[in-house]
Parts: sequence; C-alpha cells; structure tokens
Amino acid sequence: MKTIYLDNNATTQVAPEVLEAMLPYFHDLYGNPSSMHSFGGQVGRKLREAREQVAALIGAVPGEIIFTSCGTESDNAAIRSALISQPEKRHIVTSRVEHPAIKALCAHLTDQGYRVTELPVDGEGRIDMDQYEKSLTPDTAIVSLMWANNETGVIFPIEAAAQMARSRGILFHTDAVQAVGKIPIDMSKSAVNMLSISGHKLHAPKGIGVLYVRKGTKFSPFLIGGHQEKNRRGGTENTPSIIALGKACELAAQNMELENTKVKALRDKLENELLARIPNSRVNGDRVNRLPNTTNISFEFVEGEGILLMLDEFSICASSGSACTSGSLQPSHVLRAMGVPFTMAHGSIRFSLSIYNTEEEIDFVIEKLPSIIETLRGMSPYWKVGDRICSTY
Amino acid sequence: MWEYTDKVKDHFLHPRNVGEVEDADAVAEVGSIACGDALKLSFKLDENKRIKEVKFKTFGCASAIATSSALTEMIKGMTLEEAEKVTNQDIANYLGGLPQEKMHCSVMGREALEKAIAIYKGTVPKETEGKIVCECFGVTDLEIERAIRENNLATLEDVTNFTKAGGGCGNCHGAIQEIIDRVRGELSTKPPERPKLSNIQKIKRIEETIEREIRPSLKLDGGDIELIDVVGNRVLVATRGACASCQASNQTLKHFVEAKLRELVWPELVVEEVSQ
Repeated sequence: MKTIYLDNNATTQVAPEVLEAMLPYFHDLYGNPSSMHSFGGQVGRKLREAREQVAALIGAVPGEIIFTSCGTESDNAAIRSALISQPEKRHIVTSRVEHPAIKALCAHLTDQGYRVTELPVDGEGRIDMDQYEKSLTPDTAIVSLMWANNETGVIFPIEAAAQMARSRGILFHTDAVQAVGKIPIDMSKSAVNMLSISGHKLHAPKGIGVLYVRKGTKFSPFLIGGHQEKNRRGGTENTPSIIALGKACELAAQNMELENTKVKALRDKLENELLARIPNSRVNGDRVNRLPNTTNISFEFVEGEGILLMLDEFSICASSGSACTSGSLQPSHVLRAMGVPFTMAHGSIRFSLSIYNTEEEIDFVIEKLPSIIETLRGMSPYWKVGDRICSTY
Repeated sequence: MWEYTDKVKDHFLHPRNVGEVEDADAVAEVGSIACGDALKLSFKLDENKRIKEVKFKTFGCASAIATSSALTEMIKGMTLEEAEKVTNQDIANYLGGLPQEKMHCSVMGREALEKAIAIYKGTVPKETEGKIVCECFGVTDLEIERAIRENNLATLEDVTNFTKAGGGCGNCHGAIQEIIDRVRGELSTKPPERPKLSNIQKIKRIEETIEREIRPSLKLDGGDIELIDVVGNRVLVATRGACASCQASNQTLKHFVEAKLRELVWPELVVEEVSQ
C-alpha cells in the first residue's frame, strides 16, 4: 500500500531536486572547503552559494547564517551564548509550549541556578502579551519563544514580542524550525536576534540546521574547534547537507505560495470534513494564527495510540499527543498547557501536510478515519451510543 | 513505535468479547479517563459457577485493549477461584509479552478482574484500602507494594511501568523509592554480606569514585569538588568552580555525590560540605 505521509512536522521527505544537488558532494566532490587547493575550493564556493540561498529565504545576509547539526544544537547554542556573553544576567523568559530542545535546556539551566519564566498559554495556545511584557526584567538575559508550535501549528506574535525585548536591551531568540519555509519570514525588518532552523523540516536531510545570528549580536560559540563558520561553530562542514539545505531553501521560497494555497486548502478540507463527519471532535489551538499545513484534532473518549495504529493499517502516517505516544504517561505538555480536557487530550491526532500531498490522499483519510473512531468508541466505556453533545468545558 | 507482538496486534485489531454482559453477575470499573486508561469488565456465571460470559469495554492504548481482550478469553470457563489466581504476568504471557512500559495495562486487567470478583462476593472493594502515593494516577502504597512483590520490581522506572505511579509530576518519587527500599529489604531474607573496609581502603575508594564517576559529570557543568577529609562515615568535601556559587549544589551533593559514593563505596556514607 502506498504510504500517505501526513506527519511532516515530524520530518519531511528530501525533495528530489535537493537530493540531486547534494549527491555529487559525497563521492566526486569530496574536498574540504577549507583546503587551499582548487579541488576543495570549489566546494567552498558551493557552500557560499548555499549560505546565500538560506539567507535569501529569511531576509538575512549570508554572514548571519551559521550552519549547525540540527535545530536542537541551534537552540542550545543560542541560549548558552546569550548567557555566557551576559554573565551578570540570570533570567530567561520562554513559554510552556516550547519544543524539548528549549524546555529541557531551560529545566537544566534552572538546576544551574538560572531563573526561568515559562509563560502560560490560553485555551487556544496563545500567550498574553501584557503578561509577557511584565515578565521582562533588567535581569533577563534572553527571551526564547517558538515562532510556530510543532503540535498545533499556532503562531506566536514573534515580531511584536521581539520589539518589546529589543526596546529593553534583551536578546530575543526564536525556535522557527516549524515556521521557516511555511510562512514568510523577513529578518531584514525584524528585531529577532537569533533564529533556529532545522533542515529536515523543509525537505532537506536530517542532521543539518542553521542558527541565524543578527549582525552585531554578541556570540559565544557552542562548539569550539576550528575556524569554520567564522569561528562561531567548529567542526568540518557537513558539505552535502549544507548544499542540500541551500537548495531546499531556494525551493521553499518558490513553494511558499503553494504552502499557503494548495496545502492550506487540503488541510482545511481534511479538518472540516473530519469535524463534520465525526461527532465530539474539535480542533486544538488558534485556527486563525496557524501554520497552513497543520491541524491538531481531538476525538473525545478514545486514545490516540489506537487511532494511529488503525491508521497505520491503511499506511496513513500521523502523530498524537496522547499519553501512550508521548513517551511519558501524560498527554503532551502543549495540550496540557492549553488546558485541553483529558477526555480530549488523550484522543488528539496531529496531521501535518506538505506540498507533496494530494487531494486523493486527503479524501482517503476522510473516508477511513470516521469508522476507526467509531470502532474505538464502540470499545470505550465512556462513549454512549447516541451521545452527540460535547460536554461544556 | 512500540514493539507489539503479533498477538497483541491481533487482539487490538480484532478484539474478542467487546461490550457489556446483559444481566451480569458482576460489573467492575477500574482506571479513569484522566489517567489515560480505564476498563469496565462484566461477567455472568453458569449453573456450575463457572464464568459463562465475560465482556469488556476499554478506553486506552492498543495494549490496554489487547490485554482486556486477552483477559476475557483466558478466564472464560474458569471458576472464580481459578480466575482469582490469574496474575498480570499471566496476561502478558498470554499475549507473548508486552513492552516493559506497557506492563501497567496487564496490571489494570488483573485489577478489574479482582474487583469484579470482589463485587460478586460482596467483599470490600479494593480501592478503599491503602493510602494514595501517586496523586496524578491515584495509585496507593498497597498497589505499589503488590506490584513490586509479584513482579520482583527493583527500580522506580519498573514501578512506573507496572503501575503508572510516578509517571506524572514526579512529586511522589521519594515516597515510591521508600516503598521499594522497604519491600526489597523484606524480600531479601538476609542482607548481602559486605566486605569490611579499612579506613585507608575506604578513603582510597572514595577518592577513586570522585575522580572517575563524579568529577567528570560535575565538570560538564563547570563545577568541581575536592575531598577534604573522611571522618568515620562522614565525607567532608568542598565545592569548587560553578558548584561553589550554584544554588543547587546542595541537591547535587545529596542526590548525586552521596548517592554515587553510597552505591560504589559504602552504603552508610554521608556527604557534608565544608568551606575551605
């Protein structure tokens, strides 16, 4: 059976053009970009081009792009740099719905004596900007807020938040791994100091990331070693993947409109049809300020893992914020922070689309999912047949 | 993705005995929607007091549904005395095993069966007994103790896998560890022989442990400690580097340094910080 991949916030397929661009750099053009000879030098030139391609996608200048190994490394590098370069400041502001790359790092830093403010979110996954503003203190070294949430797709007002930080002389970092390539981002008109990108979320391979560091921002390297990346990240460059990411960013710029038209239309169709066909279901998160490719839907009184395994029988790939799939015994921290009731949180499914999805695929899911939910509800002691009213929360 | 056996998958995708027995002799519900899994079990006996009909309704993950289905197949035709002897391990075995993290599903099956039998016999329902240890999942000390004894559990992680206790906020980890220590103490009839250490041997081992096991971890965070003296079982240390100014260093000394030294050198050691 053909795989129907609706889990693109987890990872994406490497685009055929991207694969083609990177392949020669494994075998034929394996030179070290730092070498003096022209065999290596030609790779160095290609890296420059990739840096320009990445910079162009986010309105940056090439010197502001540091290649890293992944989004997590970029996040760690950003926060640690901010703390090291301002040793007198001991406070971090972030949110309760961040990716573990930020959340776990901040928990670790709390153990080290730093003070961390985790801003709460409302039922739609939004932060309160007044509360955010009040959390900024003279002791605040850095704010780190994600641009778009990986589980719900909810977009934070990053530009406004960054402006508020800048006016107080506070560094601002954003984990933008889900946002880059899906919504327009322009660093030339922004107050953001640092921004993380992950290659495999936008059709480049796994194992390549970027940390954007605004020109003039003090930076202390996370990986200390050779002079690569202008002494900002030691280690021989992952040349095939950097070249791949450059190509992926060029494609993302071309496909941005498609993301916000075709992909969005497919997402909306999937969402609306499922809500219409399956009683006691709802969307988690702000439906207005949201990535065009993501929907997080809860089906009351069933558990997400069962839904995923039954979808798997049809080769449909999605993910869930249920306890059984979260790797812990509680539903996702994002849904809990939003106060999604337990009856709903356990049965949440995230579908995340890409430009490679087709209408046929979406129709197939719309056809199959209602009976899956019905089967599981038939086994659930909480589901009463004929129950059509969602309890008010 | 969980590594489920084919039998688990089969019982999940084609569950047996779903529903509620009409005019049941007993109906029991365990778990809750807040906890993430719940099981409603109902049965009816025949004239020979054997289980004639048994059905389940389960809210939970695939393995919760599969264990419920397996349980109903296993106990059909049993007398209540026979059914009472079914353990959570028996249910897991019937399915060809469960991932360790999913063993709590088999415990839930056994609990439902036990409760249904108790209700039938009119005996006191289980849940009024014991004291809640894990608030997140409503697990009592007696349930934890029983899981430890029946499944020979040794670690906090084991207890969470089998009972879910400790899988939420983590506030009860200390209390669970105390239960593990107590029950395991009772389980081992005689304490293992410990070789006597001379004072010199003790100091030497403490030094080695600090050097090999403790210092590298502290250094990762820019900290360090120095051994100042050993007086009886008191290990006197001074904190250095980032540890010296870190508010959490007390925690580190107790939960990491002392724990390591107790584990690897001598179980009665106490770490104390001195300023030098």
